[in-house]
Amino acid sequence: MIKLLYFARLREDLGRSAEEFALPGDVTTVAALRSHLMDRGAAWQAALAPGRALRVAVNHEMAEPGTPVRAGDEIAFFPPVTGG
Amino acid sequence: MPVRVETWDFDIGREIAALRAANPRVGAVASFIGTVRDVNEGDSVAALGLEHYPGMTERALEAIVAEARSRFRIFDATIVHRVGELKPLDQIVLVVVVGEHRGDAFAACEFIMDYLKTRAPFWKKEQTPAGARWVEARAADDTAAGRWAKPKQDAA
Repeated sequence: MIKLLYFARLREDLGRSAEEFALPGDVTTVAALRSHLMDRGAAWQAALAPGRALRVAVNHEMAEPGTPVRAGDEIAFFPPVTGG
Repeated sequence: MPVRVETWDFDIGREIAALRAANPRVGAVASFIGTVRDVNEGDSVAALGLEHYPGMTERALEAIVAEARSRFRIFDATIVHRVGELKPLDQIVLVVVVGEHRGDAFAACEFIMDYLKTRAPFWKKEQTPAGARWVEARAADDTAAGRWAKPKQDAA
């Protein structure tokens, strides 16, 4: 299992802020996870589409598409940050 | 390196005193405060909601202070960032840097804000007459942060 988190506009678009998720064996990177989640339906396809500006953090560190994902990870999806 | 994320307001005088800690080697204190404006993108803003990613936020801010300490001749830095519902005129963020001399204190303060704007997981949602909207990230913030990607210039 991994923990998925969603913030800001993404949390609103997807209607959830957190979930436990059973990681399929063939999903081993951030990019693969993103495309796997897009199969969930239209809202997911729109929110996670390749053209959408999106950031991903794995275990509190900013991640790249090729960053590995493993059981037990906490993975967060969110828009580009706008603090300060 | 004290970093804090809080809903309540901060007092810059108190934060500066705490960071100086009566250290007589400190010769320069540089600070920045970001505040809520009542207009953005041409629309009036009645309120600003600030969301963050608890846990990652503190870690990101600590990493930014650590990076500033490694790049500049400073003693220490404080970051205080507010979250929750804010109104125009409210204080949002405080950065205080203490060092020996002003050059590195100024530069470290600007560096910390540029990195915070692009790396710390905060998001703003503003209330306008047309409804609530998420603030879009600005390309200018990426440009500002990108200036620091080059090897540090030796200012000595």
